[in-house]
Amino acid sequence: MSETKTTAMANSLKNQPDERGHFGPYGGRYVAETLMPLILEVEKAYNAAKSDPAFWARLEDLQRDYVGRPSPLYYAEATTKHLGGAKIYFKRDELNHTGAHKINHCLGQILLAVRMGKTRIIAETGAGQHGVATATVCALFKIPCTIFMGATDIERQAPNVFRMKLLGAEVRAVTSGAGTLKDAMNEAMRDWVTNVHNTYYLIGTVAGPHPFPAMVRDFQSIIGEETRQQMQQKEGRLPDSLVACIGGGSNAMGLFYPFLDDQSVSMIGVEAGGHGVDTDQHAASLTGGRPGVLHGMNSYFLQDEDGQIAEAHSISAGLDYPGIGPEHAWLFDQKRVNYVSITDTEALEAFQLCAKLEGILPALEPSHAFAHVIKHAPTLPKDHILVMNLCGRGDKDIFTIAEKLGMKIL
Amino acid sequence: MSRIEQTFAALKRPALITFIMAGDPDSRTSLAIMKALPEAGADIIELGMPFTDPMADGPTIQLAGIRALEAGQTMKRTLHIVKHFRETNDKTPVVLMGYFNPVFQYGLEQFMHDASAAGVDGLILVDLPPEESTETIAAAKEKNIDIIRLLTPTTDEARLPHVLKDAGGFLYYVSVAGVTGSASADLGTITPHIAQIKKLTNLPIAIGFGIKTPADAAAMGKIGDAIVVGSAIINNIFENADKNPVSAVEMQVRSLADALR
Repeated sequence: MSETKTTAMANSLKNQPDERGHFGPYGGRYVAETLMPLILEVEKAYNAAKSDPAFWARLEDLQRDYVGRPSPLYYAEATTKHLGGAKIYFKRDELNHTGAHKINHCLGQILLAVRMGKTRIIAETGAGQHGVATATVCALFKIPCTIFMGATDIERQAPNVFRMKLLGAEVRAVTSGAGTLKDAMNEAMRDWVTNVHNTYYLIGTVAGPHPFPAMVRDFQSIIGEETRQQMQQKEGRLPDSLVACIGGGSNAMGLFYPFLDDQSVSMIGVEAGGHGVDTDQHAASLTGGRPGVLHGMNSYFLQDEDGQIAEAHSISAGLDYPGIGPEHAWLFDQKRVNYVSITDTEALEAFQLCAKLEGILPALEPSHAFAHVIKHAPTLPKDHILVMNLCGRGDKDIFTIAEKLGMKIL
Repeated sequence: MSRIEQTFAALKRPALITFIMAGDPDSRTSLAIMKALPEAGADIIELGMPFTDPMADGPTIQLAGIRALEAGQTMKRTLHIVKHFRETNDKTPVVLMGYFNPVFQYGLEQFMHDASAAGVDGLILVDLPPEESTETIAAAKEKNIDIIRLLTPTTDEARLPHVLKDAGGFLYYVSVAGVTGSASADLGTITPHIAQIKKLTNLPIAIGFGIKTPADAAAMGKIGDAIVVGSAIINNIFENADKNPVSAVEMQVRSLADALR
């Protein structure tokens, strides 16, 4: 531990972003002038909240008693034996209230919105996990909310749409573009520009204009901090590698961030390879995209040579986004994190194997992470400790999976 | 003097700025419409650069961009439109308006070089605030292209000097907090704001967003140096795409121009 403390500060990878929200060349605040004063206000409010112990105390109470944190670090013995290589742990963020890690940043942001005196919440959602978590905290804090969701996603994530409605949220279908996460985010931005005086945009990942990427990362870092502590208790040391799936990248940033300066810990981000990264039907922005500007940030995006943004494709609605958070873009350039991709088919097979081996239905998002573990773990020695973030549960995906497997639910 | 400066210096009334989307419904038709605009009464032309994800635009301009892209519009073609326009018109300022990514992907220096060679006078990039525009401003200055800044009802006093620094050509006052094509602005709230801005700058102020009819134009013309009409013209082009969009736009622009005289 002592060496990790001394390497902090000067050469730390944890010092990003700079005061204007840049992670190297990435990040920033590329928004219309109407939003700029509000974005600056959010930043100011967040900085004030960050140094207020009462803010964190309230958040910790809610994380413990409302969400059920800390989430367990589970030794996946059957998986470890089956794969015959690395010792595998799951960080069980799928056991959180609402069924995914999204609740972590929703609680942080709703407390901030309340501090700022905002009376209306908007959010975008892909798989519906962020939408459900937003609707949940809005019900808890009695603030009306509108969730923007692509029409295509509404169809494939029906249970989450119904959940949001039960929680009192208005779900607005977005039909522009392919009707997925990118389009939902465009529409949320348009709503924000129009209702800038009373509305807080509760962004669902480590993306968007500064301060959102850093703020969401800070709220998600509890995943990595807990993992670090739990691993000390269980194994008396740091893990050797961390694996997490990436759409915008919030669960991965949350797991990775507290370990960025620990050189012995390798990190693997798993992008959605759709029908394959050599086709035009995938969502792997780092593997198949290049730097560009969209949704308030400079980062990697899938786009054509004229700078028009491409439609992403993934079996998983939560990973179906043509961009990625700016800190991941920077970590990719720094080569601190290794980014790989997994296809729809591989994710579907991994889902089934996880159900069979562990009695856990993972969401299709972490099924991508698990698919990579299946490939990677057998190549590692038995004393290699690997932690995979099981960031969401798969109940919401059963309809998609039934269809893909040619099965009838009823 | 730049074309924009000459235009404002010569006018004794508010200027009419018309917005059309390059390539909507196709490249050839938008060039024909553009050529007809000055004669019909447009003093400055804003030419939209289509983008897949126009976050500050309402449905009308979103769909115009999609139609243009589906018809095969590219940045090169957009610059060609300007180049052909300049073959017969050396007087009317042309301002390109759109989002940063297509310009960024073209390459900032290459873009400014080609835009200047085509005869572009100014550039409005909706999602490029002063905070992120150091390189863009440097590249634009090199080629004498004005970076036209957006001001909004939310731009407060503390922020104004920051936005006005490096602003060129004219200022585009977004009269409503909202997307293009939305409801009309409230004169009571924007009049004092514009008066406040006037104290800090000599640049002409154009008022845009939500101006649809000659009556809207006349009302906004009383407080601004120019008014911008976009969505209403795009709608007109769309409705007459199969008939004669050029003459439909001519008629519309004439009535808007008359309202400002």
